[in-house]
Amino acid sequence: MAEPTTRLKVRDWNGISLVEFSDRKILDEMCIAEIEEELFKLVDKGVAANMLLSFSNVGHFSSAALGMLLKLKKKVDERKGTLKLSDINPQIYDVFKITQLNKKFDIYPSADKAKASF
Amino acid sequence: MKELVVKNDLVSAKRPEELILAEVEECGYCESAAFAIKLALEEAMTNAVRHGNGNDPNKRIFVRYHVTADRTEIEIRDEGNGFQVETVPDPTEPENIDRPNGRGIMLMRAYLDEVDYQPPGNRVRLVKLNR
Repeated sequence: MAEPTTRLKVRDWNGISLVEFSDRKILDEMCIAEIEEELFKLVDKGVAANMLLSFSNVGHFSSAALGMLLKLKKKVDERKGTLKLSDINPQIYDVFKITQLNKKFDIYPSADKAKASF
Repeated sequence: MKELVVKNDLVSAKRPEELILAEVEECGYCESAAFAIKLALEEAMTNAVRHGNGNDPNKRIFVRYHVTADRTEIEIRDEGNGFQVETVPDPTEPENIDRPNGRGIMLMRAYLDEVDYQPPGNRVRLVKLNR
């Protein structure tokens, strides 16, 4: 079942945890630390073996947020789960492209397309 | 150039960003230029707090900035010993791609028109043109 969190909205969709960010700005380092903690808890509790992270509410980004995603991916991989990303706006997608992390993450244009790929 | 001095913590480090972005908005910058300035300020201020000043609450960050309709120039100086920017590893190299840190300078360079670290490396000058 979905876990109540403050920085995230988590819904279960046929065994996939669909995670959305409550904040438009997940750029601030303090905010990122809290988000990271909540995401890691979801993985640790086994709530989110298959996780879809939707960026539909996200308007800004930073290298710290990229770092958080890399740590999350490592954690999900260690638990033999799958992490996918969706709904990344073009400006933020550029951040992934510049850092070449678009090649590291499984990124889909929409949550529906990502769901269908699990 | 306008000048301000902020305490070395992440909350205080947001103040220059708020002031500069307010001027950027007032000057009618395009969305992509405003995004770039915001991203660069976040990266540069976080670097100053964490790496430059080593999270030392007794240190400060000195910010100078000038925003016009076609150009934003920002200078950020911390009280650390500086560093040689050439020694920062390329985060896109295979051996570094999984590292969670080390992408801030690369992003600033990608999004801004000028990023100059001045010796001894505790001062960075950032320029974004509004095109």
